Amino acid sequence: MSVVEIKGVTKTFAQGNITALENIELELQPGEFVSLIGPSGCGKSTLLRVVGDLTPPTHGTVTVNGKPAHQARKDGDYGIVFQDSVLFDWRTVAKNIALPLEMLGWDRERRRTRVEEMLDLVELRSFADHHPWQLSGGMQQRVSIARALSFEPALLLMDEPFGALDEMTRERLNLELLSIWEKLGSTVVFVTHSISEAVFLSTRVVVMSPRPGRIAGVVEIDLPNPRTAETRYTPRFFELVTKVRELLRSRGEHLLPEEEELLEADR
Amino acid sequence: MKRIVEWLPALAVFVLVVGLWEGLVRALHVQQFLLPKPSTIVSVFWSDRHTLWPAGWYTFKEALGGFAIGSGLGILAATIVGRFRTLGTALMPIFIAANAVPIIAFAPIFGAWFNPISPRSKMAVAGVLCFLPVMVNTLRGLNSAKPRQIELMRSYAASELEIWRRVRVPTALPFLFTALKVASVLAMIGAIVGEYFGGSLNALGVLINNAADVFQFPLAWAGILVASLLGIALYGAVVAAERVVVRWAPDTRDA
Repeated sequence: MSVVEIKGVTKTFAQGNITALENIELELQPGEFVSLIGPSGCGKSTLLRVVGDLTPPTHGTVTVNGKPAHQARKDGDYGIVFQDSVLFDWRTVAKNIALPLEMLGWDRERRRTRVEEMLDLVELRSFADHHPWQLSGGMQQRVSIARALSFEPALLLMDEPFGALDEMTRERLNLELLSIWEKLGSTVVFVTHSISEAVFLSTRVVVMSPRPGRIAGVVEIDLPNPRTAETRYTPRFFELVTKVRELLRSRGEHLLPEEEELLEADR
Repeated sequence: MKRIVEWLPALAVFVLVVGLWEGLVRALHVQQFLLPKPSTIVSVFWSDRHTLWPAGWYTFKEALGGFAIGSGLGILAATIVGRFRTLGTALMPIFIAANAVPIIAFAPIFGAWFNPISPRSKMAVAGVLCFLPVMVNTLRGLNSAKPRQIELMRSYAASELEIWRRVRVPTALPFLFTALKVASVLAMIGAIVGEYFGGSLNALGVLINNAADVFQFPLAWAGILVASLLGIALYGAVVAAERVVVRWAPDTRDA
């Protein structure tokens, strides 16, 4: 059974004047790492939000684990990581990670054990009692990832999680994310506008085009696992990056500025 | 130790100002009704302590009552308005307009509504003064939670109540304490000014007013000193409570 089934999803904004997504069809198998890539305004973030039931589709259906997206959200099937870490300042690192566990009603002992596992996973054990504002941006994002993974959600949704970080931190976190993903076998939907990031991380890259937001093509990433820093220097990596880039270019029309504004306002 | 060193500059300025005041009043032979010497004020502050402190305590209780009632209602109103958005759109302009009204002008009216001698009329003045800043700031705090934080909670299938408890209220706390600090000062002002329009003979505002009427200016000044100390104490209590409740905030230590 597929983890995510997107069928005929259309999403319009501004009283139907802007079509952010048009007739999207996509299926995700368990353990897949799928990146959505495209120019700004192609609806990749909107698609992620529709999958996560943070905004309803205008037409079409999203099924997660065989349930409607709404029910999946109610069942706690989603772990979400946004571009900014969205940590709660009044909670320590450990308590931020424990938040979804508290909401699921885990008892204290079980929470403590899991939080420690998560802290080890993202290598932040010595920062358990720090507050978010005492951490660097990269560390904050690792806490955010640990929180999203803490309750082993069926689906991990990541909306440009490393977009605000510098290149070096980003590449290191890419490697960390991959090793976590291999360890846990989660299914991931990953929104990015970095081609190399998409190719490096994914099992499949979905290239989207704007006006209206459509799937321009899907590139299967057949790089061998586990991927390492050296993977980025292999010829196959370059071929795949070029393939994605050509797909982007062929459909890479640009949005009018006022349309971008409207899309931003509707987020 | 470090804290004491941090306070030294302020202490030095204070000593300097008081010293200058004492010196200039002596050197220029300033009349006592214009400005008494600090030493005279302090000696009256000591000799009349058995009148001053009970009066101060009486007024302090009024201020405290008004502070509690006004702030309590302010928090309650902010909670209701924050919960029901349409109510907020209807009421907010009125509250903001009311904020511009010089509330203190109502003091004689409150005297008529409640018994002018009873502490209740002063509590009313103090309470009304405290209400608006607490209400407006708390509401702003409740609405300051970031949309992403709320979305994240939704993704955990959080109920509205849980979003309030775990996001909106903690976000509002620093805003609330900022308002409570302002309100603590306003409460003391409200109580004393309320008493200027009449009140029990053993109230601080009445004592200051009467002392000034009969040219006992050092006593009036000593009364002001008592009021200031009590005002600072109330403010300090709010700051202490803030440090306990909002321990996590990065910037409360300098407040």
